[in-house]
Amino acid sequence: MYTFSNRLKIGAIVLMALGILGMGVGFVSVPSTPEEAKAMVAAHDDGHGGGHAEESEHPATAGEHPAGEHPAGEHPAADAEHAAASDHGASHDEHLMHQLQNRPWSALYVAAFFFFMISLGVLAFYAIQRASQAGWSPLLFRVMEGITAYLVPGGIVIFVIFVLSVMHFNHMFVWMDAEVVAEDALIQGKSGYLNPTFFLIRAAVFLGGWILYREVSRRLSLAQDEAQDNKNFVKNFRWSAGFLVFYLVTESMMSWDWIMSIDPHWFSTLFGWYVFASMMVSGITVIAMVTIYLKSKGYLPDVNDSHIHDLAKFMFGFSIFWTYLWFSQFMLIWYANIPEEVTYFVTRIEDYKLPFFGMIVMNFVFPLLVLMNSDYKRVNWFVIMAGIVILAGHYLDVYNMVMPGTVGDQWFIGIPELGALSFFAGAFIFWTFRTLTKVPLQPKRNPFIEESRHFHY
Amino acid sequence: MASKVIHAYFNDDDILMQAVKKVKAAKHHIEEVYCPFPVHGLDKAMGLAPTRIAITSFMYGCLGLTVAIVMMNYIMIEDWPQDIGGKPSFSYIENMPAFVPIMFEMTVFFAAHLMVITFYLRSRLWPFKKAENPDVRTTDDHFVMEIEVHGDEKGLMTLLQESGAVEINKVEK
Repeated sequence: MYTFSNRLKIGAIVLMALGILGMGVGFVSVPSTPEEAKAMVAAHDDGHGGGHAEESEHPATAGEHPAGEHPAGEHPAADAEHAAASDHGASHDEHLMHQLQNRPWSALYVAAFFFFMISLGVLAFYAIQRASQAGWSPLLFRVMEGITAYLVPGGIVIFVIFVLSVMHFNHMFVWMDAEVVAEDALIQGKSGYLNPTFFLIRAAVFLGGWILYREVSRRLSLAQDEAQDNKNFVKNFRWSAGFLVFYLVTESMMSWDWIMSIDPHWFSTLFGWYVFASMMVSGITVIAMVTIYLKSKGYLPDVNDSHIHDLAKFMFGFSIFWTYLWFSQFMLIWYANIPEEVTYFVTRIEDYKLPFFGMIVMNFVFPLLVLMNSDYKRVNWFVIMAGIVILAGHYLDVYNMVMPGTVGDQWFIGIPELGALSFFAGAFIFWTFRTLTKVPLQPKRNPFIEESRHFHY
Repeated sequence: MASKVIHAYFNDDDILMQAVKKVKAAKHHIEEVYCPFPVHGLDKAMGLAPTRIAITSFMYGCLGLTVAIVMMNYIMIEDWPQDIGGKPSFSYIENMPAFVPIMFEMTVFFAAHLMVITFYLRSRLWPFKKAENPDVRTTDDHFVMEIEVHGDEKGLMTLLQESGAVEINKVEK
């Protein structure tokens, strides 16, 4: 039995406390009037003399934004008011205010989604192991089940954020704003699907289905330990195969709903796969990290370097897979150069140059070169180091998906972002390791446990 | 070359693996094991040095990538620039996304083909080469372990018999 070490528990609680503090600072320091927003950005410029803000302050920039991005369309009421006076500056300030008001919410959402995504990726990976009756992985099942325990709190937080969005506490999802939809023919065309009520119903169905599978599978997995036959194992196999079908459909829809709809004019047909790849690689990385941590504390004695090697192979493979999908999406849009599609990448390359290209280095070039060598995949600390970079890279990936549509060029990875990241990291660690303490770390009666124990490469 | 070798025949890969470990433990030198199919872990049991083919594969991949870049730069930028889809080819880097599939394919192509050719050369395999295996049965269902004889020949014979050899021949090589 694993006991949650006090140091780790205190560490997780400190992370959560710091996170609440950071998020609180973020929420308190948002501007409440357009003038305040303008003053904040101006002060920021004076302080840092950044050339980047020069562009953001320029009133003409707002007018030039392509229709596909929200700036021009987001506040039609404000635009209409000022149109007569042709005063673009004031409407721009108001827009700036909304961007700055969105920032702590987006920071919260990015971090909440990132850790939820890790847990969901692990759940999918676990279901694949179950459905394919893999022989190598049963030793790691308890670790995976521990990580997927975070689905419940993580899912609830995400759902609460959505309810608050629907109640207009924030403006991350512009299509939830009836005033915006009234002026926007494209969103009107999608409103049969993309409306607040249906959105919440779908989110509830997705979350409910995933959590249901997680709980059922966990119960069967534990029951198998005490059973005399393999009935529970077979049932778990059926549930897992069924879940994978449900998951692949709902995961795709979830990615449209929860992320792609932040830029409601833009769409990409492989977006679901793209998010899936990010999810899988982060999930597998966390499995490897938790396993190595537990091993370093003397638990999981039967897990050998070959298991770590296999996980690292998956990290490597899914990093390449992620890049393949990222590039497939990018190249087609870049090549076709259709204005309403390409605006997605134009804003990212203009305003998010460093995170956008930095993420490709962290998610592709780095794992490619570092994890290519077979021997390095067996060196535990090496896998941890590569894992940290991969996780940071995929946080940036989510950041790049969410931020441009919500805060525009007013982004920064500062106190609100790090606070939210630290809060959810703490919660994730706390929940995962608390679940790990509940049952023995090694399944007893899994029919493949012997194969897994003797697994070698 | 008048060295004496023993050919020990096995008809199961698990028995073969056990026998290899025993023979190695008794400090005999195994020249070669002829198998009808690759036996997982046999190289480690025989104490063969790990393969370096992965390193050549990486180098060939880098070569392929370089060839692709130089080739596309010559074809599409220097020699005959074309305006495709409103994207004039002024520089390689501007048009790089269009060349990525070619860069990828050439990397894979070079790595795969040159690695196979290297493997053939290193294994001394070429067309019309005469087979080296001592017995045609090694292409069907038998494994042959070839052991150099020096010193305790009798002990080795009994060791092989005990470890499950189905046939043992002494041959001049």
